[in-house]
Amino acid sequence: MVSDPPALAQPLPWGPLALPVGDAEEVAIWTLLESVCDPEIPVLSLREIGVLRAVNATPPVWQLWITPTYNGCPAMSQMKEDLLAAMQQAGKQAEVLTCLAPAWSSDWITASGKEKLRAYGIAPPHALAQQAGTQRIRLAPKMDSARIACPQCHSLDTTETSPFGSTACKAMYKCLACAEPFDYFKPY
Amino acid sequence: MDYALHLADNALMLGQRNAEWCGHGPVLEEDLALANHSLDLIGQARLLYQWVAEHRADGSTEDSLAYFRDPHAFLNFTLLELPHTTALAPSARADRDYAVTIARNFLFSSYMVLVWEVLQYHPEPRLAAIAAKSLKEVRYHWQHAADWLIRLGDGTPASHDKAQAAVDFLMPYTQEFWCEWPAAKHALPDTQDMQTAWWTMVNEVLSEACLRLPEAKGHVTQGVHGIHSEHMSYLLAEMQSLARQHPGATW
Repeated sequence: MVSDPPALAQPLPWGPLALPVGDAEEVAIWTLLESVCDPEIPVLSLREIGVLRAVNATPPVWQLWITPTYNGCPAMSQMKEDLLAAMQQAGKQAEVLTCLAPAWSSDWITASGKEKLRAYGIAPPHALAQQAGTQRIRLAPKMDSARIACPQCHSLDTTETSPFGSTACKAMYKCLACAEPFDYFKPY
Repeated sequence: MDYALHLADNALMLGQRNAEWCGHGPVLEEDLALANHSLDLIGQARLLYQWVAEHRADGSTEDSLAYFRDPHAFLNFTLLELPHTTALAPSARADRDYAVTIARNFLFSSYMVLVWEVLQYHPEPRLAAIAAKSLKEVRYHWQHAADWLIRLGDGTPASHDKAQAAVDFLMPYTQEFWCEWPAAKHALPDTQDMQTAWWTMVNEVLSEACLRLPEAKGHVTQGVHGIHSEHMSYLLAEMQSLARQHPGATW
């Protein structure tokens, strides 16, 4: 269920979120939630992928604000459950609220998150979504416009096998140098 | 709220139709592409239905709106309930024609790019937020459809003829985009500029696809008023039967 814009002191941020400094209690919650990962990409925490947007103390309950990547992302309910389970385990009361604005972008994946994606075998977005923007991408010339490095051997000699893949956020690629197929996290 | 319901019904009907290709796509990549599109569209529909249900506050839920309304209560454009075929077929089954799928996705996504662009600035924050997210999705739906329409239109004589037949068949249904009805008039006060922009977008791609731009004329369908084609009941029967046979079932 979507909630109307959060009753937060500050509007929800745009961009990647670093672990906060300052309020010790809040830092402790963020640190605790670092263990909650994207169910589809279990090496990325929900903060690193940009889904967990804010943590708000409204004693005795902690409000956790998440935002969907794509509208139909089927992992949202799992993420919510995982967050609640982590909070419960730590003995904290929490509720998870969903917000839609600002709209999630792959630009929000943190730099360390991108490195983790690569190490996991998923090529991270090669461009900012804002730059990828509205330009028409044609089927034919796609092969040389998208210089996606193979996460295995780092060769740029790769080709797209399908613009849509196992989840909404990924395309399927193949490395022509090492012949490994791999997932590519699309700029969005 | 009728307009939000209309947007939701549009997304759900096209999502359901395109999902018919799941497991039957002409090639595996297209099977995946359309399943992805449907996931997006059904996601958009869910957000809108949830909002409508909250607003109604009469016990409606996203599920009751999707599964327990009858054809006349759906406010989608007729275009989106048509089967994937140019021939008049008695049911959704019949040989599916991928050119119809692509032509419909193209005509509708060209329209929705323009609609979501306007609605992302809507004074109602909930609708604006849904629009901003949906705009990102419809842009790549449009790209996919435009790319394929060019490929089909500028392909073999057979693919060209099928693409032309699909565009010719579907174009009259697009008249409904511009029909005036109170809820739409409130949400989109000025469709004149939008209509011009839409024809430009459509014409550009059709000419690159070596396809003739047909006129949009003849009978104007009335889906937004709940008056649907003979295909609607079959579509809903398939989509709703499970929920109606096992109301409230969970797994």
